[in-house]
Amino acid sequence: MNSVFSVELFYVIAGAVFASVAWRALRNPRQPRRWGSVIFWLLLAVIYLFGKALPPAAVGYGVLAMVALAALRQVEKPASEGASREERAVQAERLGEALFAPALLIPVTAVVGALLLSRIHFGEVWLLDKKQATLAALGIGGLIALGAGLRITGAKPAVPVAEGSRLLQAIGWALVLPQMLAALGGIFAQAGVGQVVAELVASALPTQYPFVAVAAYCVGMALFTMCMGNAFAAFPVITLGIGLPLIVQQHHGNVAIMAGIGMLSGYCGTLMTPMAANFNIVPAMLLELRDKNAVIRAQVPLALTILAANIAIMYLCVFRF
Amino acid sequence: MIKLVGILVVAVGFALRFNTLLVVMAAGIVTGLVAGMSFHEIMEQFGRFFVDNRYMTLPVVLIVPVVGLLERYGLQERAETLIRRARAATAGRVILLYTAVRQVSIALGVNIGGHPQMVRPLVAPMAEAAARQQAGALRTEGAAHAGHDELPEKTKEAIRAHASAGENIGNFFGEDVFIAVGAILLMKGFFDGLKIEVSVWAMALWGIPTALVAFAAMWWRTRVLDRRVAREVAEQAAVQRNEAKEDAR
Repeated sequence: MNSVFSVELFYVIAGAVFASVAWRALRNPRQPRRWGSVIFWLLLAVIYLFGKALPPAAVGYGVLAMVALAALRQVEKPASEGASREERAVQAERLGEALFAPALLIPVTAVVGALLLSRIHFGEVWLLDKKQATLAALGIGGLIALGAGLRITGAKPAVPVAEGSRLLQAIGWALVLPQMLAALGGIFAQAGVGQVVAELVASALPTQYPFVAVAAYCVGMALFTMCMGNAFAAFPVITLGIGLPLIVQQHHGNVAIMAGIGMLSGYCGTLMTPMAANFNIVPAMLLELRDKNAVIRAQVPLALTILAANIAIMYLCVFRF
Repeated sequence: MIKLVGILVVAVGFALRFNTLLVVMAAGIVTGLVAGMSFHEIMEQFGRFFVDNRYMTLPVVLIVPVVGLLERYGLQERAETLIRRARAATAGRVILLYTAVRQVSIALGVNIGGHPQMVRPLVAPMAEAAARQQAGALRTEGAAHAGHDELPEKTKEAIRAHASAGENIGNFFGEDVFIAVGAILLMKGFFDGLKIEVSVWAMALWGIPTALVAFAAMWWRTRVLDRRVAREVAEQAAVQRNEAKEDAR
């Protein structure tokens, strides 16, 4: 609220981007499922532009309509219309290493933002959104990089609009999956799903053995994170249900070690679930992979190895320090 | 027990490959209904959470216009040119190096990565270019064929998937070593609420062993990837040689 680059500002920019996707879908003669696609992106634009002002129920029914359009396969992308490889190679030759400069400006801005910009304020007004400084720095980085990119390439402003909308259409409805999963996580939490899971695990296993308690906590964190798609949502539930009563109270384990390694066990679950869409599914779509579970497939061996190591490390350390 | 029906809906829905958005919404509606909410209340909840979590798509939406612009002007091709100068580069080593940079930087509190801003425009093309270079070294005269310049499709997919995995591993298992990060603060807040005294430094410190294990696991997976790339490229080269012999007859 009291900031120059507030997250609200970037929601408005995102809303404008979505509106331009809808506009391009409307005007593109090769757009398949034109009306479904236009309505989908338009609804998304409205939710971003006016989200806080709209009644939540209206947004909810809008989201329901978007889900219906996606499920009925009415949200599609046009056939590839990007520049040819030869054309890009010619441009790459012409522009040389200068092309990297805008791309590297994004991480540079992130560093400067974290170290410097997030501390600047004029009285009560902060330069970056206080709660979301990283995000605000990223947004500024994107804008600066865009300006530099336009300058270096000499492209018209219409080019990034067209290319951005092409990439967003390639991601398609998967773009809103993270938000949908966050909503599902919220409803699970309100309904008390977590407590039921924790009680089930605690009552079904011989937790009088310290190793079983440790394994139940780590595996429970991973499994429940896979269900929720989010280790942060799993942590309070599994720690209250399994970690604190069994590892700390029954077996006198160290709280910090349990919590630190427990959260990282949750991340192992994040690596293995389509519910963590922003880490696993959206990147697969963004990299134009045919199998949208390809990233998860690549991560499963990693996740299981790290989870096993977590159980071993916690078992060896949590009762000793 | 009945409250777990939502998890069942998710599992069955994913297994039967229904549209993911539909599965998620159905699971939410079913769970809400068994917990005694009305349909209208459930829609209200969905709307509220959807609006509150708009920030989740911002990293993609704010970055794709500039990434699309730079790609249109040959950023990926330029990244490939760059990697061709590094003789020792392989797909696996490129990805592992990125994972290391990502993990160390975020452990120091600097968030420089991400799928839209680093993996798609830079890391994945560099890794693919390194693999293509490997492939080029294997090819003989027969491979001079037009259209045989590409990696096998499955190899390309595997490289891109591992590049995404490298981003996630570096991100997840580096960040908890830094104390001002969301996860550590969330745990601190949780224990504060229960009046349990826990030091943020201890929690961050105990993230280090797992961070090392995660990097070692990534090292192993990227070596497996390199062997796989070599095998698939050799298969392709053999097929191409046979085709060239057929043509010569």
